Amino acid sequence: MAEQVNVFVENRPGRLAAVTRALADRGVNIRAVVVQDHGDYGLLKILVTDPEAACEALAAHGFAAKRKPILAVYVDDRPGGFARLAEVFGTGAVNLLNAYGFVVNSGRTAVCCVEVSDPDAARQAAEGGGFRVLPDGELYSL
Amino acid sequence: MGNERCWNPEIERADRAALEAVQLEGLRATVRRALRTPFYRERLTGAGLTSADDLRTLADARHIPETTKADLRVAYPEGLLAVPPEQVVRVHTSSGTTGTPTVIHHTRRDLDAWTELVARCIVATGAGPADVFQNMMTYGLFTGGLGLHYGAERVGLMVIPSAAGNTTRQLRLMRDFHTTVVHATPSYMLHVAHKMPSEGVAPGDLFLRKAYLGGEPYSETTRRKIEAFYGIDVYNSYGLSEMNGPGVAFECVCKDGMHIWEDAFLIEMRRPDGSPAPAGEEAELVMTTLQREATPILRYRTGDITRLLPGPCPCGRTHRRIARMTGRCDDMLILNGVNVYPSQIEQVLMRLPEAGTNWQILIEKAGALDRATIKIEVLPGVFTGEVKALEALKARISEQVRSETLVRAAVELHEPGVLPAFELKAKRVTDLRPKE
Repeated sequence: MAEQVNVFVENRPGRLAAVTRALADRGVNIRAVVVQDHGDYGLLKILVTDPEAACEALAAHGFAAKRKPILAVYVDDRPGGFARLAEVFGTGAVNLLNAYGFVVNSGRTAVCCVEVSDPDAARQAAEGGGFRVLPDGELYSL
Repeated sequence: MGNERCWNPEIERADRAALEAVQLEGLRATVRRALRTPFYRERLTGAGLTSADDLRTLADARHIPETTKADLRVAYPEGLLAVPPEQVVRVHTSSGTTGTPTVIHHTRRDLDAWTELVARCIVATGAGPADVFQNMMTYGLFTGGLGLHYGAERVGLMVIPSAAGNTTRQLRLMRDFHTTVVHATPSYMLHVAHKMPSEGVAPGDLFLRKAYLGGEPYSETTRRKIEAFYGIDVYNSYGLSEMNGPGVAFECVCKDGMHIWEDAFLIEMRRPDGSPAPAGEEAELVMTTLQREATPILRYRTGDITRLLPGPCPCGRTHRRIARMTGRCDDMLILNGVNVYPSQIEQVLMRLPEAGTNWQILIEKAGALDRATIKIEVLPGVFTGEVKALEALKARISEQVRSETLVRAAVELHEPGVLPAFELKAKRVTDLRPKE
């Protein structure tokens, strides 16, 4: 299963820079990033080319970081592309905890990443609805 | 003045010689009782004191070993009990669930004696049966509420046991029952003042005449501020649970220092090196119970810094006066009137391995009240990557600190390595409250 990296960061200037610099120095590329604000702290959710290397680099800089499984699904990069996937999840009673996406090929292909409580059920629902789920290797090497 | 009404004129105006005779008798009785307790029997005989008759004068009290808060913890729960258990009618314990509470047992006569002391305090401020007394202090194991409660009833005031908190209801009670006297911490009294505009209440809508304020140190400036806002007289109150609670020392109508009831307590002023401080010098207050049956305590180091005021008080009471407390000689914190040691917070955190060992507590003013924030680090080894787990940890720490210390504290999460490390005798406490 594909993974993103969740990083605990204090909510103050410079922290995002410190995290991303640590990844850059290790040669880890960032595909997508989500910042979740929780008042005194935030959670950075980062999709990278090498989650394991990212975690090592962050740990070496003293960050609390953890790999979390996600489901990455190809959607069409056009109006209704994401809506169709959301409908499939809705019909399959899959509850999303978090979702984000990025474009791979403008006007053609995008990738939607979702965090769900039951990844297997989500995968079945997506594949049953005709969507293609990315194997982790394919996701990281996009 | 000089003819101010006293609850117990005979003892409150006794001359020095008579008072000292009562004290010596009380000291001997206390040592006699103490020798019946496992804790003091060992401590006193170890110091060569085997009989109360060894004490010839009050000055001989210097030969008695001092008692500390740590001693009370060691003696918990019954090491200081000097009467058969069936004679005990109440206990007050300090907060604490981690094996460090302290307890004071009371017999019926102890409660009666305590109530008498509080009655003296109330009458000394000029209050009487026509007054309506709203007791805005915490009830329960904390001695602030119950202590004043029974004294006020004895004098004949109408008592509203409203306890602390719920400002809207406090104001409503004050208006509906024409409250004339309140008992609170100074910070709560200021908090109520801040809230009054939004509650649609003006000082002129109330019937207040007096406030008894204690539980935490405050300045003359704060007193004057509260007096001016409400248009009342504020009387300073001092007490500690080890010496019953409130009712130890109280201001009379002269509002110039607190009379400490010397027939009930033998007082000494202690310099940090243990030597007696001369009159007028700031020093630690050391106290011995002279009346208490169930829990005699000898030469207790209160940790509170004050000084004795010179000369007689115009009110005619002969019991000496102490100045308002100026601080502590240990690391005890007072948060909204509640006493907390940083070690209590440390103990809570030690029981929660995911909280780590590096922590700090930040204390600030939020309006009139004290606000405490405990800062801990998110350890890489226990970070699950989920907000839910972090929020649950915050809630658990907050809840356990509250159950341990009665203090409500927010919990703030930090990245690893930003708080001072455990080994370094770190500065755990940052107190940003303005010093007046």
